[in-house]
Amino acid sequence: MNQTHNPYFPYPVRVEQIVTETEDEKLKTFKLRFLNPEDERKFTYIPGQFAELSVPGKGEVPIGIASSPTEKGFLLFTVNEVGLVTTYLHMIKEGYVMGVRGPLGNWYPWEEMEGKNVVIVGGGFAFTTLRSSIVYMLDPQNRQRFGEITVVYGARSPGLLLYREELSDWEKRNDIRMHITVDATDDPEWKYNKGFVPAVAKEKIKSADNAIAIVCGPPIMIRFTQPVLEELGFPPERIILSLEMRMKCGIGMCGRCNIGDRYVCKDGPVFSLAQLKELPPEY
Amino acid sequence: MLERTFTIKEWTEALKKLRSFYRVFAPFKEGDFHSFREFDGSGSPDFNFGNTRLSAKALIYPQSERMFDYTLDEKNPDVNLYKEAVKDLSPQAIVGIRPCDVKGFRLMKRNFDNEEYRDPWWVQRFESTILVGFGCNDPCPTCFCTSVGGGPFNEEGLDVIAYNLGERFVLRALTEKGEVFLAKAEGDTGPGEDERRKMEELKRSSVEKISSRVATDQLKLKEVNALFSAPFWEETAFSCINCGTCTFFCPTCWCFDIQDEVFGKEGDRLRNWDSCMFPLFTLHGSGHNPRENKVQRVRQRFMHKLKYYVDKYNDGVQCSGCGRCVRYCPVNIDIREVAEKMNSY
Repeated sequence: MNQTHNPYFPYPVRVEQIVTETEDEKLKTFKLRFLNPEDERKFTYIPGQFAELSVPGKGEVPIGIASSPTEKGFLLFTVNEVGLVTTYLHMIKEGYVMGVRGPLGNWYPWEEMEGKNVVIVGGGFAFTTLRSSIVYMLDPQNRQRFGEITVVYGARSPGLLLYREELSDWEKRNDIRMHITVDATDDPEWKYNKGFVPAVAKEKIKSADNAIAIVCGPPIMIRFTQPVLEELGFPPERIILSLEMRMKCGIGMCGRCNIGDRYVCKDGPVFSLAQLKELPPEY
Repeated sequence: MLERTFTIKEWTEALKKLRSFYRVFAPFKEGDFHSFREFDGSGSPDFNFGNTRLSAKALIYPQSERMFDYTLDEKNPDVNLYKEAVKDLSPQAIVGIRPCDVKGFRLMKRNFDNEEYRDPWWVQRFESTILVGFGCNDPCPTCFCTSVGGGPFNEEGLDVIAYNLGERFVLRALTEKGEVFLAKAEGDTGPGEDERRKMEELKRSSVEKISSRVATDQLKLKEVNALFSAPFWEETAFSCINCGTCTFFCPTCWCFDIQDEVFGKEGDRLRNWDSCMFPLFTLHGSGHNPRENKVQRVRQRFMHKLKYYVDKYNDGVQCSGCGRCVRYCPVNIDIREVAEKMNSY
């Protein structure tokens, strides 16, 4: 059987650049380049999808793709240091050869979002596929396909925000409304919002008219953001969530990431709140 | 279709001949139980058994198999590159498999061979396998294949069906693959009138011996969240010790784990059977676990087989009625009782 048809086969990539994102050094962004250009052509993805990072001798981890398909020649993954594979990843050096398997899972509902206002609510390190989405929408080829773009993004402190340079670039643009916030800070230079994401969302998001909301973050943030959005008039069909789950195969076969009869790896990770309400609350 | 008859001795000789064309797996008596083993030409397989202790699942889906290998030696230009592991996927014959275990493969195919993805190794092994089923003359008291769309002489999915008439075996090819197999086995021509009568009689009497009746007709109609939050799960799970025996023995349990193992500078990526009975199965890196309590895991096993699968594929339950989980459960949890509870909830 041709290896390219083997869904378990990781494409070889080289780690071109490693950027430490946060002051606690728990989050690093890895820029990966395919060793074989034909593999890059096969790896066509859409914002919202994820991939399995393959570390020889350690294993695989499912991580959201942080780069946008409009950025050619590389992939970005921002990885939190938590377990065996990610801890090892945090120790590797630029030049390291590893594997990438994917793209996997579904994506944000881009067809449905076309012509609509897009509201993005993100918290902590769950901002990766949201970065992909923002870069994708701001691309000159795509920007006119969407209405207003409003982003509420928060972290516990300024030093824990991801992609800080890009955040401040986006702040300066007039085709995206950024509302960056931190839970608390004593930094006198801090010029953005202070307060939890749900509270800032309530203050800054004006309307649900012709809008779709994408929400990614820790469970507690999602729980308190949901009523804010519902009060604004977002129906559950237009509240989009991206879920996390322990995964192995990434193709709906190994059996562990199910919620009811759906697999988060294959039928997700993106679900609408309406879809989730139909499923057993086991996630 | 081609029919052949053999005495027991002739059949053993035929299997020896067939070894030139297939890797032949057959049941052998080992202690108190029968197990599938590759026939190396010595000894004799034993076809007088209720069912093998383990199903033939591992012959198409090994309990542990190498997926890829790689070197971690930095002096090697191929360092860290995954290469598909070499496997023996040559034709194999599983001789003596029961119809319920064949059904197990058919159910599992839905998982490993679907419109979106094909598991290359499962599919290649399945496609290079001939299933020579032996009908069940004496089903076990725990058997309930007839309640889940099967039967002791059910021919679905088999390439050859065999009737064990005591002194003689009658084999009938059911597919082209089976014709080829049986032609290579040679043997006597088809059964006479008398033997045909005996075959019909066996088919009838074996069905009558199955006393378990399990109703599953209402499962599809139930609301999934109502079943999920039903009050009987606590009681169902109470005695469970999460040993995983049920999933290990089950011919339709397909869940697996993927692990990298390193020996010196050489590494393998392995796939191993896994089980929804284990808390590690769903433990997140963050420490969060959506199924951290055993009642959640027990519920998952039964909901998967008797509700999620039913909803997803609209073709019955994910169970072949072999009864192994009932026989081998150390605390007597009985899927037939759970199915009743769910079906009548």
